[in-house]
Amino acid sequence: MVEISGLHKSYITGTNSLHVLKGIDLTIEAGEMVSIMGSSGSGKSTLLNVIGILDGYDKGEYNLNGKVIRDLSEKQAAWYRNQMIGFVFQSFNLISFKNALENVALPLYYQKIPRRKRNKIAAEYLEKVGLLDWATHLPSELSGGQKQRIAIARALISNPKVILADEPTGALDTQTSYEVMELFKEINDSGITMIIVTHEKDISERTKRIIHLKDGFIEKEYKTKLSLNYA
Amino acid sequence: MIDIDKWQEIFHTLRHNKLRTFLTAFGVFWGIFMLVIMLGAGTGLENAVYSNMGDFAKNSMFIWAQKTTMPYKGFPRNRWYQFTYDDLHSLKRNIPEIDIIAPTVNGGGFRSSTLIVNGIRKGSFEVFGKVQEEDLIDPVDIEYGRFLNEFDLREKRKVVVLGYRAYEELFAKGEDPTNKFVRINGIYFQVIGAFKSKHTGRWGENQNSEVYIPFSTAQQVYNYADKVDHFSIVVKPQYQVVDIEPKVMAILAKNHNLHPDDKGAFGYNNVGEEFKKMNGLFLGIRGLIWIVGIGTLLAGIIGVSNIMLIIIRERTSEFGIKRAIGATPWKVITTVISESLFLTILAGNAGLMFGVFIIEMVNKALQNSDGEMFQNPEVDFSLAITALCVIIFSGLLAGLIPSKRAVSIKPIEAIRTEN
Repeated sequence: MVEISGLHKSYITGTNSLHVLKGIDLTIEAGEMVSIMGSSGSGKSTLLNVIGILDGYDKGEYNLNGKVIRDLSEKQAAWYRNQMIGFVFQSFNLISFKNALENVALPLYYQKIPRRKRNKIAAEYLEKVGLLDWATHLPSELSGGQKQRIAIARALISNPKVILADEPTGALDTQTSYEVMELFKEINDSGITMIIVTHEKDISERTKRIIHLKDGFIEKEYKTKLSLNYA
Repeated sequence: MIDIDKWQEIFHTLRHNKLRTFLTAFGVFWGIFMLVIMLGAGTGLENAVYSNMGDFAKNSMFIWAQKTTMPYKGFPRNRWYQFTYDDLHSLKRNIPEIDIIAPTVNGGGFRSSTLIVNGIRKGSFEVFGKVQEEDLIDPVDIEYGRFLNEFDLREKRKVVVLGYRAYEELFAKGEDPTNKFVRINGIYFQVIGAFKSKHTGRWGENQNSEVYIPFSTAQQVYNYADKVDHFSIVVKPQYQVVDIEPKVMAILAKNHNLHPDDKGAFGYNNVGEEFKKMNGLFLGIRGLIWIVGIGTLLAGIIGVSNIMLIIIRERTSEFGIKRAIGATPWKVITTVISESLFLTILAGNAGLMFGVFIIEMVNKALQNSDGEMFQNPEVDFSLAITALCVIIFSGLLAGLIPSKRAVSIKPIEAIRTEN
């Protein structure tokens, strides 16, 4: 699903160049559930942004679902993101003036699906995350866990190949975090590839493979007990 | 198709910042309002001046005799001379560009009035000897009867056409004056008609106190022999009055032994040139109005643009999220532009309507007054359409820069921005 080789990425701020990713080789198969760990500044978010086509890269090669992702126009990038990738963010990033149902339906809006139809589909996904009763509530009326589940439903609705989650549990308490991870596992079981960036060990242990980043390199990677259960 | 989500978003943003929305909309509102008001007032001024002119032949000139200013052929300067009816023939014969030429004599001399009596009613009015062609040069509205005709002139009939004020003084209200007799200078004249001037203001009042008798009759009853006081000359439409003027003067100079360069021997008035000057003046006024109006409007547009920039800064992360989940840059641009378009069109149309409303109110209030300086202020349809185009264009302009800014931010940076 994701094939990365020799990936380099630098940020240029003024005269300073900050070399963040220094040659990453990484392959994630379809249906995997991977967590990327590392301390702050290790480049884990940058890697996720590159994978999510939110950011470009300088050197190397990146294939997503068999397609070379390189020098895309904004329009193409938007299309790939819409078709193949679902995003879950630490701060949920729901649109404040749209209710839960409309937030979930938003990706379908950009696919030009008629309102009635996309709201029907959105209701199905809301039911999947157990929040159908909250469909007409605005994000400000929901708890953190509820918001994150809305965001997950939004990520799922366009039927993506990969879900990228950037610190999805960072703003949640432990109990809610575990519930969210349980939801992720269910999604993964349905065949969707999950890539989760986190710095919490207990969260990463709930995925099947852990990749440790340190100073722009992959320090180590190993499979967890969870994967063995399924192996 | 109505895109509910788009409108929901636009209304949310505008409602969320009520005061700001109002203030920026007011800028555009005021700009359009001022433009409409000023243009309407400009039209009012123009209407007043042009209606003062009535249906006066625009391509025309007047010429009358004055004292000579140069000695010539043994004649001294400061000599009085008179135009004669023969001049009419020689002018007509020698200048084919002339369309109409009409002689006039002032009964009793320049600006002196004659006593006119009808039974116990009487009044003093200026009597002019005119020809029937006069009605083609400075047309009047006939209220009773008819204007002078060829037979009146040929037969030197003692008939008179009364100006409306003369009619009002000499006849009872509503009385038909035709075929009645009035005494002018002791001689009975049959009234053939009464007219109202097409001019407004003082010009109209003056003309309404004038009385016309046939030119040929006037020469006889006032003992003028062959005298002509002034010629009114209308030039064929394809020629310019300015070009004909020297030809007319040359012929008249030859007929009356005037020095060829003695322009001072003629009094003349070139109506064509006056009209051109007036047109130029109004063009200038209109240009100025547009410059000032567009300037005011521009200030409003910049206001809208500014506010949009601030709003976009506040919504950076929102745009980021949208782009992360598949919104194309074009989608973002159109959202921002529709927002500014919506705001400017709403405010602009309000300004347009309010402006037209005020103009119409003023128009209504002025309906019954005969304004010499201001009449019928109006906003015509084409102007309203132009204003509408200006509004739409300005809405696009106001949204352009902010929308460019909105998409220039990378989605990832947009998401990272703190709310």
